[in-house]
Amino acid sequence: MPHEPITTLPLTVAVLLSVGRHPVTGRARRADQDARGLELALSMAAARIELVHAGPFDDACEVSMRGYLGMSAGHAGSGADSVTLVDQPSQADVVPALCRTLSESLAPQLVIAGERAEQGEGSGMLPYQLSESLGWPLVGGIVAVEGVEEGVATLLQALPRGQRRRLSVRLPVIVMVNATAMAPRQSAFGPARRGTLAVVEQPAVHDAAQDEWRVQPARKRPKRLKIVKATSARERFKAAAAKSDGGGGQIMKDVSPDEAAAAIHKLLKEEDVLR
Amino acid sequence: MLDTLLPILIFVALALAAIGAWRRIRLWRQGCPSPVPFFRGLAAVPRRYLVDLHHVVARDKVMSNTHVATAGGFVLAAVLMILVHGLNLAEGILGWPLLAASAVMFGGSLFVMRRRRRPPARLSRGPWMRLPWSLMAFSLGVFLITLPTVGVLPEDIGSWVLALLLATVVAWGLGEMFLGMTWGGPMKHAFAGALHLAFHRRPERFSSRHGGEGRSTGLKALNLDDDQAPLGVETPSDFTWNQLLGFDACVQCGRCEAVCPAFAAGQPLNPKKLIQDMVVGMAGGSDAHYAGSPYPDKPVGEHHGDPQGPIVAREGRALLNAETLWSCTTCRACVEECPMMIEHVDAIVDMRRFLTLERGDTPNKGAEVLDNLIATDNPGGFDPGSRMHWAADLDLPLMRDVEQAEVLLWLGDGVFDMRNQRTLRALVKVLRAAGVDFAVLGDEERDSGDVARRLGDEATFQSLARRNIATLAHYRFQRIVTCDPHSFHVLRNEYGELGGHYEVFHHSTYIAELHEAGRLHFTPWKGGTVTYHDPCYLGRYNGEYEAPRNVLKALGIEVAEMGRSGYRSRCCGGGGGAAITDIPGKQRIPDMRMKDVRETGAELVAVGCPQCTAMLEGVVDTPAEVRDIAEFAADAVTHEDTSAADGPSRGGHGDDASPTASTRKEVMS
Repeated sequence: MPHEPITTLPLTVAVLLSVGRHPVTGRARRADQDARGLELALSMAAARIELVHAGPFDDACEVSMRGYLGMSAGHAGSGADSVTLVDQPSQADVVPALCRTLSESLAPQLVIAGERAEQGEGSGMLPYQLSESLGWPLVGGIVAVEGVEEGVATLLQALPRGQRRRLSVRLPVIVMVNATAMAPRQSAFGPARRGTLAVVEQPAVHDAAQDEWRVQPARKRPKRLKIVKATSARERFKAAAAKSDGGGGQIMKDVSPDEAAAAIHKLLKEEDVLR
Repeated sequence: MLDTLLPILIFVALALAAIGAWRRIRLWRQGCPSPVPFFRGLAAVPRRYLVDLHHVVARDKVMSNTHVATAGGFVLAAVLMILVHGLNLAEGILGWPLLAASAVMFGGSLFVMRRRRRPPARLSRGPWMRLPWSLMAFSLGVFLITLPTVGVLPEDIGSWVLALLLATVVAWGLGEMFLGMTWGGPMKHAFAGALHLAFHRRPERFSSRHGGEGRSTGLKALNLDDDQAPLGVETPSDFTWNQLLGFDACVQCGRCEAVCPAFAAGQPLNPKKLIQDMVVGMAGGSDAHYAGSPYPDKPVGEHHGDPQGPIVAREGRALLNAETLWSCTTCRACVEECPMMIEHVDAIVDMRRFLTLERGDTPNKGAEVLDNLIATDNPGGFDPGSRMHWAADLDLPLMRDVEQAEVLLWLGDGVFDMRNQRTLRALVKVLRAAGVDFAVLGDEERDSGDVARRLGDEATFQSLARRNIATLAHYRFQRIVTCDPHSFHVLRNEYGELGGHYEVFHHSTYIAELHEAGRLHFTPWKGGTVTYHDPCYLGRYNGEYEAPRNVLKALGIEVAEMGRSGYRSRCCGGGGGAAITDIPGKQRIPDMRMKDVRETGAELVAVGCPQCTAMLEGVVDTPAEVRDIAEFAADAVTHEDTSAADGPSRGGHGDDASPTASTRKEVMS
């Protein structure tokens, strides 16, 4: 592919990629949310794309990264055909290394991350920690980047029940893609195989907290049962179309931590979570 | 005057034809290299033409005789004409056979003319409409100029006007027959066709004097070793040179079009047009000159291409649209019918390989199915650890435990489908009734790779195949039996290239064999009329038309055959991933097939394929119940040892297939 013409603003977008894990078989794959992030980057015209992963460079990592590289068909000139692999030992805290790579060598104006990884810590904290250490704003729930003009990005943010909110944010910014963003395109074998993995070294910072942890498969979270009280079709329809969260609840502002804790405690008792 | 004019005409025509041939060969050589045995290939042409090609042509008796007369007469007349009129050799003696040959050819051309009067829709028009006239001009012209040679008419008969008129007629004939052969007229099929027979990419599909099956249906493996090489066919020049030669051999008879289920369903595919598009791409230009039926609802003249240009454009139009390629069910009806031995399915899969492997553009559910195959080894994305849940109560011997068995029962992905589970249970019941020593791979089995391969994902196919072959290598068995013709075909014909050689049986073949050996006994059939639907991957792909019918016969069922059965069986619409890519048409292929069933008046349609079962059962307001051969057999099977008798009942009930104490002992011993 010829190089795509660079517009007036050479926008660099970094997409943070994690090693995904298939929910049924546990095999390594491209993580769904990060793949949505890459799809978002690919849909932005004339952007320079930097793919970044920090972590141990092993087989699972390679399989997964090639999954993302396979999405670069037709975008070979944009940088989507190469992953910057920040090689870190498995016990390292990747945030400092990622921070340094982003700020020193890649220098993106826009960083795209998923809301949550599929394995490892997977807490969704990483974008927040990055935001803190880089000092960049963070916007969650993004489904589209509508445009970037004069250093200001127009973002589309997903709200509950299909609502959307348009935001203008000054660059640089970190955005987290929402699970309702455009589904990732198919990963093709040819470009996946030809894509390059560029390993860069960064000093590793040992993650002391991790040593204390014991990792076990997550339990399924309990779901509130839906009790159907409707007697007519109209009521059933209204119930189905209604917000899933209850109408109750209260907003507490400017209260002391003790009061807030007491309110939460009271609610948990009411809901029979605490006995 | 003719004496001086004729040699000039003949040799000018031959020289121009030679130049045309050289240009044509250069067009073919744009393709990728593909080594062929040059002299052995040429030497094989007569047999391949007279036996294999004629076998296909002879399905239409009138046309076959017409072609024998016209083509045979022409070849003989042309050779003799060069000798007699070109070189003036033995005029008195050779003149007589020349007269006879041209007369025979003229007779043939009258039949060609008759067919052209009201040509069926499948025939191309355009330049093809002038062909009978050209044939007549040639044969009549040659006949008339030869009359004076043998002395029937005096040498100096008529005036120079008559001579000139005759020379013009002969020139027309020579132009169509000699020049048209290499410069691209209707007669091109003779030149390209003969060379296509010589250098066919599948020489093994032709019969040989020493017998042999003369069948070659497995797709050729794509070389994945070079990790920088682009995969699949993007441009016409990415085909091998002999594939391009094959496209050029097309005679536009439209037999493929007449049998194509996708074309009949109004999906945007016409095998004949597809091949002509490849010819357009090879030579460069637009499809505006195409004079046959277009892709349904796709006007002619909007597509264009060149040898180095893309076949399917990323945006806009190129040679053809991607939906055309994805409409194909890989049923091979077109290949079976093609008198020129063109391999349509190979070409379609080659182009699909590019779309899937390089462009990541498999339509509809294709991408999801391929992702599932990669992540879970089955197209549905089910937990591979749940493969044997359907047989929780059957206590099937696992290869992992027994390590060897006479028969390895390959279950296929039907294990996840509740309908196919009934078939599997029936099959297990039959095998146990016959006391067959069998075992299954259980959770170690994976998808055979059939769907991945037909969707163009050769990488996933090879990955699945290699892992399956490695698993199979751990165990000892004499044969594999499966109730899935797709697995059957892949295991039998496509694993060999990757190092897996097995004796594979479709369950119908195996049941027929067990019955023949007296190991199975059936109670006579008391139900209604039954018709049988030939699965493409069992019939056309593997030539097994008889065994399922033999099983039904053994059951006492007389099959009410459909109009299209055997090698002309109409596809159910589920092959080649067509049910996954789901390209819209005017009607659905399984609906058309069920209409065929309705015409027989049958109450039951016997099938031998989980895919066919699913497609045919998906037809609403169905006239007939769909039942697998295994279910028929299981319902009728009687146990010789009375202790095991549990009476005939409908297959599919949980306890039907569970072993009784005595049969169980038999299996173990």
